Amino acid sequence: MDRIHNRLEEIVGKDYVSCSAEERFIYSRDQGVQEPSEPDYVVLPATPEEVRDIVLLANEAKIPVVPMGGGLVLSGLTIPLKGGIVLDMKRMNRVLEVNENSHYAVVEAGTSQGMLDAYLRKHHPGLKHSLPDAPPVATIAGNIAIHGSGHLSQSEGGFHSEMVTGLEVVLPTGELVKLGSSSTVPGWFSRAPLPDLAGLFLGWNGTTGVITKVGIKLFPRQAHHDVLIFMTEDVDAAPDILFRVIHTGMAEDINYALSPKPDYLRGFQMIVINVTAHREDELALKIRIIRESLRPYFETKEAGFMPMPPNMKAGLLEVPQKALSKFADVRKGGGFEYVGAIMPLERIPDACRAGMEITERNGITYSLGARIIGRGHSAMFFFAYPFNRADLDEIRRVRSALEETNEASIKLGGIPWKAEAAGQKLILNSMEPATYTLMKKIRTLLDPNGIMNPGNWEV
Amino acid sequence: MDSEYRDILHRCFRCGWCKLPTNYADFNCPAYLKHRFESFSSGGRMWLIRAWVEGEIVPSERFNEIIFSCVTCGNCVEACAMDKIKDRLVDVFIAARRDLVEEGRIPPRVRDYFKAVSISGNPYKRPVEETDQWARDLDIEEFNGQEYLLYAGSVASFDDLGMRMIRSAAVLFKQAGLSFGILKGEELDDGNDLRASGEQSLADFLASRNIEAFKRKGVDKIITVSPHSFHTMRKDYPALGGTFEVYHYSQVLALLIEKGALVPGELREKVTYHDPCYLGRWNKEYFSSRRVLGGVRGITIREMDRSMQNALCCGGGGGNFFTDMLGTGPDLSSRVRVREALDTGAGTLVVSCPQCYRMLDDAVKAEGVQDRLRVKDLAEVVSASAGDA
Repeated sequence: MDRIHNRLEEIVGKDYVSCSAEERFIYSRDQGVQEPSEPDYVVLPATPEEVRDIVLLANEAKIPVVPMGGGLVLSGLTIPLKGGIVLDMKRMNRVLEVNENSHYAVVEAGTSQGMLDAYLRKHHPGLKHSLPDAPPVATIAGNIAIHGSGHLSQSEGGFHSEMVTGLEVVLPTGELVKLGSSSTVPGWFSRAPLPDLAGLFLGWNGTTGVITKVGIKLFPRQAHHDVLIFMTEDVDAAPDILFRVIHTGMAEDINYALSPKPDYLRGFQMIVINVTAHREDELALKIRIIRESLRPYFETKEAGFMPMPPNMKAGLLEVPQKALSKFADVRKGGGFEYVGAIMPLERIPDACRAGMEITERNGITYSLGARIIGRGHSAMFFFAYPFNRADLDEIRRVRSALEETNEASIKLGGIPWKAEAAGQKLILNSMEPATYTLMKKIRTLLDPNGIMNPGNWEV
Repeated sequence: MDSEYRDILHRCFRCGWCKLPTNYADFNCPAYLKHRFESFSSGGRMWLIRAWVEGEIVPSERFNEIIFSCVTCGNCVEACAMDKIKDRLVDVFIAARRDLVEEGRIPPRVRDYFKAVSISGNPYKRPVEETDQWARDLDIEEFNGQEYLLYAGSVASFDDLGMRMIRSAAVLFKQAGLSFGILKGEELDDGNDLRASGEQSLADFLASRNIEAFKRKGVDKIITVSPHSFHTMRKDYPALGGTFEVYHYSQVLALLIEKGALVPGELREKVTYHDPCYLGRWNKEYFSSRRVLGGVRGITIREMDRSMQNALCCGGGGGNFFTDMLGTGPDLSSRVRVREALDTGAGTLVVSCPQCYRMLDDAVKAEGVQDRLRVKDLAEVVSASAGDA
């Protein structure tokens, strides 16, 4: 056993370090189509101090550190591209505080979305947080770190990174720092009015430090839910339809979807509108207002609200939806990959056309769609491509489609979300040089030995 | 590996739904809860088995530890998002174990378990003639045509808590006038946990011998104390020529109470009930035990966050009760379960499986909470309510 392994065992205990072939295999790959790359060690810390000691050791040994939450990013951001230590954070999974009045929770970085939701349902049933569509084992910290979004992103303030009220971070040089109000006074209620240092760790793909705690906003949990699906074959109508629904202010979550299956619905744009309310009459009123906002469309008889069977409705009311994980088995093969591109709403029709062209050219199937972020401030447009894990040729074609989609997204005026290393290069090549230079300066300042998730955000 | 299983290995997305219960309360896969490496989750296991089948990794001590630490609790089956493969997840893990057994690559503790049963017909290395010693002062007749055969199984035959459990149940059955008998010195292990451990041949042999004895005696209806026996006698014995009406003792107790043949007394206790995996998730029997508890006046039932289909396994399934592949530590599912029981405010943790009884009783001691929580079997609770305990 080598010296580093021994030191890691001293830090976290021998049960929580592995350099076995089995762990190196599993942590060398994610569920997407990126090539595997093995870590030298997988380590499961239990405290911020253990994280700090691991980071200090990594500096001393000049080996990479790759933080990992749920490991569900699909684009290889937790694959250790240059080996080193994968820090699986899921032992740090306690809900540390819930402040009902100030509407925030403080959680350890490995806390999953599902476990926070369960905790709130039990102890604070009047509150909820914004859940992404990822499986419930996705972590809060992992999701905010990649600018994730979720079912309250339309109604309650945008990307999940915008719902962060504070962070605790181990810097690449080992210092443990708090960011936001908790750095100055008791309480994790706000990032303002301080300089917003949290931005140094959001969207950086783990290249600037290891998040160990997150303060996250909570919102009222309503008792009544319903969902509507508005359908039209006119792809160019989508931005206006979305605009009208958004402007009612009545919807909690608004999603747009386009799928080739079932055949009779091919070409239909589906606007999925989730509505919640504290009272039944309030719910009915909200639905009526939304329906009225789209009257000009359904009066043409070319568009309308889809009657939904109860099981379909129940599935759409689930948060998170199991159906989205099932999509990985569309090709009977346990895999899907996607580019989520953050773009202006008006580019949705062109994004649809681009997605269909790309999939046709590569001989693969698709699901396309978008979640509205903020009150139409942007959309997270997803180009999702299922594949059969046992079909190497299909994997190759999906990889090709992924690359084309990244390029198309930028041409469309969007930016690929949580892009894989190659996609990040594409983004950086389109970025103003001065901006990239600033990124490099910040990174060099924070991480002089270049240990944090190397291979990411690099040209 | 059988193509039936080989052909679904690649369909696991490793999305992780399998780690949690359906209400997301906490990690609910005992092996993952203990180790926390992705490799010990059901998804990780699927990917590693595929890598083994495809020749990408070779079996090692670590690989064996991963494969044999699954306790076959079925949480992954319950929670998996993939409808087309979920029902076969545990079957895949057992098939992988079978292959490892055939290749002679098994952990020493699993080997010792198999050897013990091979030698004695039970994992305790005790002579078969002693399997009825739990009944020797209870004046229970040998089966000779009564309505039911009461089958003890290995744990209730030889573990002192298991023996306490079956004795309590048998006394209640007698009080209720139930027509039942036992096999005297003829019972062999039910084979369930051997089968789950990958030793199918020995499991089939034991099952066939039990079936032969049941048929020779003219048994039609069987009451099992162990949910593991209940499961294998319903699921596996018919294919081996043994089709019987099989009941778990909680079902019989519920029936006797509802018919008025058994009248529980009063017990002013706050209790919580632990669903055994082989009764609950595997056979969807969640209510008989609760009906029995509901029949005891004065009892308050406090459900744990993870109950019924979401119950956290005690860690004693899949052979782990005998092999201890999960080891020790505060993240052992039995200890987590005890802490969860304490959180309900209950002073009694009620069980209806001899393996759960031992696992959780040991966990109460490991947690040092004997003064706050007692583990009791369902029949003991009923007896206590009648002042018989």
